[in-house]
This record gives sequence, C-alpha cells and structure tokens, in this order.
Amino acid sequence: MTARIGVVTFPGSLDDRDALRAVRLAGAEPISLWHGDHDLRQVDAVVLPGGFSYGDYLRCGAIARFSPIMREVVEAAANGLAVLGICNGFQVLCESHLLPGALIRNAGLHFTCLDQRLRVETASTPWTSEYAAGSEITIPLKNGEGRYVADPQTLDDLEASGRVVFRYVGGNPNGSLRDIAGIRNEAGNVVGLMPHPEHAIDALTGPGADGLAMFVSVLKSMVTA
Amino acid sequence: MTYETVEHARSTPDVDQPYAELGLKDDEYARIKDILGRRPTDTELAMYSVMWSEHCSYKSSKVHLRQFGDKAPDTDVLLVGIGENAGVVDVGHGLAVTFKVESHNHPSYVEPYQGAATGVGGIVRDILTMGARPIGVMDSLRFGAVDNPDTRRLVGGVVAGVGGYGNCLGLPNVGGEVGFDPTYNGNPLVNALCVGVMPVDRIQLARAEGAGNQVILLGAKTGRDGIGGVSVLASASFDDESPSKRPSVQVGDPFTEKILIECCLELFDRGLVTGIQDLGGAGLSCATTETASHGGSGMRVALDRVPLREPSMTPLEVITSESQERMLAIVQPADVAEVLSLCERWGVHATVIGDVVDDSDEGAGRLVVTWHGDVVVDVPPESLADDGPVYDRPLARPADQDALQQDAPDMLPRPASGEELRATLLQLVSSPNLCSRRWVTEQYDRYVLGGTVLAMPHDAGLLRLDDDSFRGIALALDGNGRYARLDPYAGAQLALAEAYRNVSMSGARPLAVTNCLNFGSPEDPSVMWQFAEATRGLADGCLELGVPVTGGNVSFYNQTGATAINPTPVVGVLGVIDDVRKRLPSGFAGDDDVILLLGASEPEFGGSEWAWVVHGHLGGWPPLVRLAAERALADLVQQGAAEGLLTSAHDVSDGGLGPALVEAALWRGVGARVVLDGDPFAGLFGESTARAVVTCTDASLDRLMTLAGDTGLPVTRLGRTGGDALVVDGLFTVGLADLGAAHEGGLPALFG
Repeated sequence: MTARIGVVTFPGSLDDRDALRAVRLAGAEPISLWHGDHDLRQVDAVVLPGGFSYGDYLRCGAIARFSPIMREVVEAAANGLAVLGICNGFQVLCESHLLPGALIRNAGLHFTCLDQRLRVETASTPWTSEYAAGSEITIPLKNGEGRYVADPQTLDDLEASGRVVFRYVGGNPNGSLRDIAGIRNEAGNVVGLMPHPEHAIDALTGPGADGLAMFVSVLKSMVTA
Repeated sequence: MTYETVEHARSTPDVDQPYAELGLKDDEYARIKDILGRRPTDTELAMYSVMWSEHCSYKSSKVHLRQFGDKAPDTDVLLVGIGENAGVVDVGHGLAVTFKVESHNHPSYVEPYQGAATGVGGIVRDILTMGARPIGVMDSLRFGAVDNPDTRRLVGGVVAGVGGYGNCLGLPNVGGEVGFDPTYNGNPLVNALCVGVMPVDRIQLARAEGAGNQVILLGAKTGRDGIGGVSVLASASFDDESPSKRPSVQVGDPFTEKILIECCLELFDRGLVTGIQDLGGAGLSCATTETASHGGSGMRVALDRVPLREPSMTPLEVITSESQERMLAIVQPADVAEVLSLCERWGVHATVIGDVVDDSDEGAGRLVVTWHGDVVVDVPPESLADDGPVYDRPLARPADQDALQQDAPDMLPRPASGEELRATLLQLVSSPNLCSRRWVTEQYDRYVLGGTVLAMPHDAGLLRLDDDSFRGIALALDGNGRYARLDPYAGAQLALAEAYRNVSMSGARPLAVTNCLNFGSPEDPSVMWQFAEATRGLADGCLELGVPVTGGNVSFYNQTGATAINPTPVVGVLGVIDDVRKRLPSGFAGDDDVILLLGASEPEFGGSEWAWVVHGHLGGWPPLVRLAAERALADLVQQGAAEGLLTSAHDVSDGGLGPALVEAALWRGVGARVVLDGDPFAGLFGESTARAVVTCTDASLDRLMTLAGDTGLPVTRLGRTGGDALVVDGLFTVGLADLGAAHEGGLPALFG
C-alpha cells in the first residue's frame, strides 16, 4: 500500500488541486482534507497549499491557524507527522508557531510571479532527502507577502542548526532576510517555503520538474522509516 | 416614507419624476408610462433607468450587432450563441469552452484598483453562469501617454487590481496587451477576458422556469456600492465632476467570489439549479427581469428578504445595487434544503427571496416586487430585459477622415545607414508600446491550476484542459486603435487578423471570436460611423475566416468632453489544439535552426509604430487586410506544428520584422544572423499583415517548403539562429545584452 498524503483545502486555497496532482505524480495516494474537519484521515504526511486562506484577512494565515484541521495538524506534527507548507501554507505554519519568524509584504511592494532559482541547503528533512545538499533548482515563486523576517537571534539559531532549507540564489526577489526561502523545525519534519514545488512537476506546465523530488522525498522517507 | 408603492404611483399621476437626471429621454419616459398604464414608482423608474441604459440595453449598437448573427459562418462548434451571458463552443471529447471579454473602462478611471478588480470579477461570473469552471483570464489595457501625469496612477492601480483579484481567485493570467496613446488620456480602456470549461451536459442557462420554483440569492450581502453604475458611469461621458462618481464604482472581494465559484460548481454538478444568472451591471434589476423574461415566466420577489450591509437601504437602492459576488439561482422546492446546506458548508450566504409564477397564478407574466408587504414594482419583465429602446442613430464620416488618410507617412525621413537602422531598432524595442511587458505580467499568477502551457511573452496563451488528455485551448486578445482611426472597417479586421494569427502561432486551430468594442459617444454621428464601419468589418472578416462571433460587449461614451478616443475594437480569438505537447513557442528554441519569413512584405507604414514612435505621426492607410493569406498562414503553421516540423513561430505585427526578431531572440537568449533583400528599412519596420517568423531544423526544411508551396504563401529564407547578437548581414550587429537592456528597461523605468 502506498503512502497517503493529505492536502488541506481552506476556503480560499488555490493550489490545492496542483498539490494533489503533484502527490499523485510522485506515486502517493492524494487525500483531500477539509478545513472544517477534525479528521486527518490517517494520512502519512500533510501539505498546506498556496492561496489566500479565509481571504488572508487580518494577516496571511492568521485565521487558518484557528481552523479545526490545524488543531489536528499541530498535534500530529508534534508527534512527528511530516508537514509541508507552501506559500500560504508556510504563512499558516508560522502563524501556528510550528515554524519561527513571519512573512511580510515583499520589499518591492508588488505581487511577483517568476521562475526562481533556489539552493537546497539541507537534504536532512523528509521533504528534501531526494535532493543533494547544495544543489540548485528552479521553481515558480508567486506571492505578495513572501519576505521572510525573524529577529537576529532566531536567524542565527536557524543558520547554526542547519534549519535553513532553501535559499534564494541569483537575486533575492522579495527582500527575505539572509535570502531565506524555506526553513524547517528543530525535529525536521515540518518544512515551509514560499516558492511552489507543485508548479514544477512537468516541463509542459512549469519551468521544469525540479519540484517533484519534494513529493518523492516524503514518499521514500516513509518507506524507509 | 422612503419609497413609493404602486398604488401611490397610480393615485398620484402628475408627480414630477427625475427621469432626465437618471439618463432617460422624454420619449423613453413616455414609453414607460405607456407600458405600465401609469407613472412608474421611484423604484420602477430606477430599474428602467439602469436597464434601458446604453450599457444594458445596447440601444445604439443593436442594429449593427445583428450582423454578427446574420453573417455568421457555417459552423457546428457553437453550442450556445450570442444572447446568453457568454457563447459556448464545442471543443470535442464531451467538453465545452466558454469565453468572453468585457470592458470596465469608466470605473477603472474613477477608481483604478477596484474598477479593474471588479472588471475581472464580473467577467468571471459571466463564465461561471454558463456552468463552466473558470480556468484563465486575460486583459487588454490601454492607458494615456506615458508622460501624462495621471498615467502612472492608472497603470499602477489597474495592474494591481487585475492581479489582486485574479491572483486571489486562483485564475492564471495567460496574456493580453498593454498599450499607451494620448487618445486614452482621461479614458483608459480596461477589457478583461475569462475562459472556462465544462462537460457539455453541464451548460446552464439564465432562465426562470417552472411555477413554484424558488428564487435564491447567493453570495455577498447587498450594500450601497455601485448604485447606478451602468447608467451613471458606463453610459455617459466624463466631465469635470468625475470624482463625485466614485460611489458608483463597486468594491470587490475576491475571496467571496472564490468560494461562490466552488459552491456554484458543486450546485451544478449535483443538478440542483434549473437556471442561474450572475448579478453584474444593474444588479437584481437585471437578474430578475432577464431570467423571468427568458423563461417566459412571472416572478414574485420579497425584496426585504435580501440580506443587507446597511439596514437603512431603500428598495430602490437594493434592486439597483451592483454589489459584487452575487448570483441568482432558480431551484425546485424539493432541492431548496440541499442547496441551503451546501451553501452553508462553503460559507456562502443563501436566501430564498421569491418564486416563479405561471399563467394560473396571480401576477402572471409580471415581475412583482414587494417591500415589507407593499408592492413597489409591478412590471412586465420583458419590457426591461428585452424590449428596451432601439436607436438607428445618424452616421457621418468624420470631417477629417479624408485629410487623415491623405496624410501618408511616405515623406517622413527614414533611417538608411546600418548605424541609423540599428538605432531605430533599439528605439522601437524600448518604446512604451513595444518594450517588454514583464513588469506587468510578473504581477499576475500564471501558474495556478497547473494547466498553463504557454503564457506571456508568447503570442497566445495556451491551457491544457484536463489531466486525462493533452487537449488544449489557445487564446489571444488584440486591438489597434491607430489602425481603426485610419480606417475602422479595416481596423476591426486587422484586430481580428492579429488575434487569429496569434492563436495559430501556438499551433492551435482558431474556432471562435469574442469582442469588446470601445468607442466614443454614440450621439456623435462620426463616432457612430466608426462603430458601424468597425462592426461591418468585423462581421465580414469573421465570415471570411470562418470563425463565428460568440458574444461580446460594447463600451460607448469613451471620451472626455467632445473628444472621443480612437475607435478601439478589441478582438479575442479562441482556438483548440489536440495535443498541447506540440505547441510552438514564440521565441528561438536553440542554435542552428533555419529562420523563415512566411508571407508577403510590402512597404506599409500607415499607423505604424515606426511613424508613431519616431515621428509622432498618424496618417495614411493601415496595412492591407489579407484574410485569405491569414488563413493560409494559420493552416501552414498548424500543419507544421502537428507534424513537428517547426521549432518556433512568432507573428510579425506592431513594429514589423525587426522587433519580431528581437522578441524571438530575447526569449531564451538565442541570437540570429539574417539577410534582408530589398529596402532594409521596409524589411525591418514595415507592418504588412499575414506574416510570421518561423524556425525549423535542416531536416524539416524540405517538407516545410513543400507544405508552403501548396498554400501559395511566399517564403523568404532569412538566415539562421545562434550566437549572442542579432546580425543583419552587411548592415549592423546588435548584442542581445544591449537589446535586452533596451527591451526590458522600458516599463520599469517608467512605472517601477
């Protein structure tokens, strides 16, 4: 039996169908999860997709944090469930305190959609094990509030403990501190990033297929676990 | 009393009513009294005012738009034609596609962000109303001169509004156009297109049928925004008092629209609605009268049940409000509970506000609206929806038309030396209308939904329709106000030809047309002449190209004071491609490909970018319309793509061959070396139509030449791709780095 990977749909989620497609292409069984449910449906991993959950009113991800499904995600993450937050999902993870720091308005003040070069800084997460540490990938970035910020101590801690997972290369598109594009929690099971791996699973509809390995990684990490 | 009852109106026949202030003429007011057999209530008067406005009734354009039906080409692809919210095209395999373009020009001038945002929101609801899942948007934007002080405000606000709404709805923006011209100072054009897809058996129609069926209002609460938008804003010219019209602009909430879309699609899939209509211009006035009229039914509406943002609203305000993100559904009584519970799951407000009545009921064939039990409206719905005034307005060829056409650009100084030609090329590719659109398009999400195969900077947007096949659709949206000013008949055909050509460059087969006709005041006979010529040209062109018009939109009163904009018909073409993997990019894909120019080149400079950018000149005749050649070109490129012979295809249009080569080279940074026969100036900057730059490998060349020979299209071998420069043999060399800096620098320098 293959792994079950859940994708949460909040009202206002936009890339949930794309994330489900990526899960399927990676070879896992995609499972739709509903924001209003208290049920993770025995999934082996969870993706929080991009979009504008609850309209991103108040603050990006601030309302989604209080949804019934997030209570389950937070609890399961503490027990080691692999969780990936993409874009709005990353914002939800920060608002939920599963990851430190915050995402604020892009330095250029515009929504920006471009093919972004990233360096994979660590392969030691369930979401990056299929990449070689130090390798460079290109996946789309698209957001208006993607500028990663945290206090200097937090940033130093992230760097020192190898918790910066992705870094922008070839130009910082949004003013993120220390070019940070994605981070993980201390245990390593929770990863958040602003760029969209689910939009880079096929050269036909994306800049390439560099993002697929993120979904393959989590699948393989379960088989070996 | 903040409203009048029908009874009160009947008993006070001689009250003075503010019909003129509401935009109604004396004879129109007299006709309303004739229809009702009494004077209208204040609420009824407001409804007639919005429904008989130019924007809703098409009263000045109707007699001309009939040609799109009368001259429609024989086709079996149209499932739903003109007259519904949007036309529906059969793309095979049980799938249907619906698309339409609509203007939101005046709201965008008054309040650029919200005007543009709700323009997107409105056209998306039109597509949803047909039963389709919206899968992409495009936009055609025209602003005043780049050095006009107001242009910066409008560009920033409109682009942010198009992006803000579309991005938040999760619809990829896959193309369109951005132009600048002083003719649009004080009257920008914001035309938004949406495309959607559905199984053929899910097509919905805006009909209220079946006595006893319930009328349910879905979506946002109703507020005071957008009251009279269609009559105050869209159907009158701007004057000095424009800022006071800001309350007539609607305010958008894309989050509400997103959940409304998902909720409605689930209602359609479960077969829970018998008819549906979106609330756009004229709000409930339009949705209730159109559904009742088209269903041949009567309707009773308890208007006080409408959920309000502001409890003090009067019935007049409620029924004319253009608050966004609302739909009207007709539901069988047995399904009401399921509809309400599904809406609750999605967090969408749903309220039963009335029912459908038939001949046996009281109020048969009437729309009867009550407010806390008082009858405030009692009208025949068709008198508002379908039987509005129709005008055959006087036409007059503009007095300056002959002088304009005689003022050909032949005597303008031209570059001759290699160095001069090089400088002209750099000047053109960095100019506002030809420079890279990246600064705009990077503000739009082009990836969401995962079906985008081609988007900017390619000639057409190309979307894969589903994960189970490689079937796709292509779209392009084009217009040229300068060409249309010189000759509106030809200008409309040139817009059509360009969109048709752009779609075919992707490898797709053009199927159908939508249009947005942006003109000045119909009360000006010269504008009406331009409109008559443009519609005749477009109808004739569609017939010759074999692509039917499926729907569209007319926007009049685009003028400031007595000065109308250049007539600007914007044409959208939809095409279909069997296998999206065979699509062609617009740029050079690699080194050592052969570069060919397809089509005949003549020295045509009337209305050209060169004449405009270098000399600020507009005069003469636009390039010749060559529809037979367009068809041959499209057929050849499709065949070449299907057989895998071509590696790229890019249409030659604004600016001519020179800028086309630059765009193709900059896509992936692949240079080219070309040889030009004849006058190099005409070769580089002439704007003859029905032309394309294509590339192929040596191995494919013979087969391609055979195919081209069958079509009779002239083929010129230009040269070969490769290197890091554009080399025009014997004339000049310009490095891609210099070209890139010139091309990419344009908009950021102006607006960044």
